[in-house]
Amino acid sequence: MRHDHLITSKQLSREDIETVLDRAAEIDADPSAVADRHANTLLGLLFFEPSTRTKMSFETAMKRLGGDVVDMGSVESSSVKKGETLADTVRVIEGYADALVLRHPKQGAATMASEYVDVPLLNAGDGAGHHPTQTLLDLYTIRENAGLDDLTVGIMGDLKYGRTVHSLAHALTNFDVRQHFVSPESLQLPREVVYDLHQADDGAGIREHDSLEEVLPSLDVLYVTRIQRERFPDEQEYQKVAGEYQIGPEDLEAASDDLTIMHPLPRVDEIAPAIDETDHAAYFDQAHNGVPVRMALLDLFLSDDGAGGALGGDGDE
Amino acid sequence: MSDDHEHHDGNDDHELRVSKIRDGTVIDHVRGGQALNVLAILGIDGSEGEELSVGMNVPSDRLGRKDIVKVEGRELSQDEVDVLSLIAPDATINIVRDYEVIEKHRVEPPEIVEGVLSCPNTGCITTGDEPVTSRFEVLEDGVRCSYCGTIAREELASLIET
Ligand SMILES: [Zn+2]
Repeated sequence: MRHDHLITSKQLSREDIETVLDRAAEIDADPSAVADRHANTLLGLLFFEPSTRTKMSFETAMKRLGGDVVDMGSVESSSVKKGETLADTVRVIEGYADALVLRHPKQGAATMASEYVDVPLLNAGDGAGHHPTQTLLDLYTIRENAGLDDLTVGIMGDLKYGRTVHSLAHALTNFDVRQHFVSPESLQLPREVVYDLHQADDGAGIREHDSLEEVLPSLDVLYVTRIQRERFPDEQEYQKVAGEYQIGPEDLEAASDDLTIMHPLPRVDEIAPAIDETDHAAYFDQAHNGVPVRMALLDLFLSDDGAGGALGGDGDE
Repeated sequence: MSDDHEHHDGNDDHELRVSKIRDGTVIDHVRGGQALNVLAILGIDGSEGEELSVGMNVPSDRLGRKDIVKVEGRELSQDEVDVLSLIAPDATINIVRDYEVIEKHRVEPPEIVEGVLSCPNTGCITTGDEPVTSRFEVLEDGVRCSYCGTIAREELASLIET
């Protein structure tokens, strides 16, 4: 089927993912080849929640393809403040732009918004829901560092509210990947995410843990996310778990020399700065990979043949 | 053996509690205590002058205790009947015309329910001020919001939109 919009990583087949990653690799190798490819194209940026990095990454990607962006600006200064609905906002901005990027604090916002527009809409994060473009750059980084098959991945931190985790875990079920989820009990994966993983993979490749120790030696990739202080009812509860899920150089003695450590950033204290200079650290590359991956996505969604032609003519949805 | 009483003569105990209807729908074998939720899910509250009879916790061979709802002058559509399955999976629907049951069917779960349940996730886009109709995919043992993906298994009746 055609993908008219990119809402969740669940809509992406393995073939779709490989199409995007291959295109990103081509662009990464020779960005000048696509420098004018989408001249006169405008991307609408609708960020109902601040996210400077994701927004700049999309902005950079569009400009590197020769296009430009129109930006709704901050919610504070827009008509949203006056009570305009998201449904109205996207219908208005659709008239200005060739594609839309939406970040919104409510879960399901991208799904709803996509029902109102004909131009491609890319979900750049909807509440605790999904963040598929982050997932694609995560997969790109994993593929570059460790390949995407016969892989053991640990995903650690706030798995409950971490939308990047929800999207990544689902996408990984397309590959031969064993996934270990490491979190405090109160921040385990939501049951609907577990439900989906079981649906996608019979749950065969999925294990949940409360400590990293026992799984660390087997990991090829460790994906760390931030445990947010504000998720905890009191500071003491937070302090109890926080230390458990921080990783320092001394922890890596038990790890494989080839372990790749990732983080969607921003980090606080989950990964000690001493790790930055080691070969394990992939998180800054990961952030930089956002541009070629988003260029690839925009290229696929904005090309004449549409994303349908480009993203797997017969995906599974 | 059957506790279907529509055709019984005379002094059936149930008849005293829930009178016969002339034209309309009898929803039988509703799980005990769910009758008012059945009305809620159908959006029937009597405010439009519908003549309603509700029997609650009456004895039943099949269910032990059951509820019965009779709606005079209204035949339920298949959509309405399907939605009932979420809270009354054992229900039987009797369409009555001129005191005769002319159609009888069991409820069957629909694939999708729209505009009936509200999402229990307060972070869901459907719970704000957007012009969006709630939509749930029906799972084997619950429902799932088509927007945020939240799964609700128990207490579906409490999610009925009012
Ligand atoms: Zn929802």
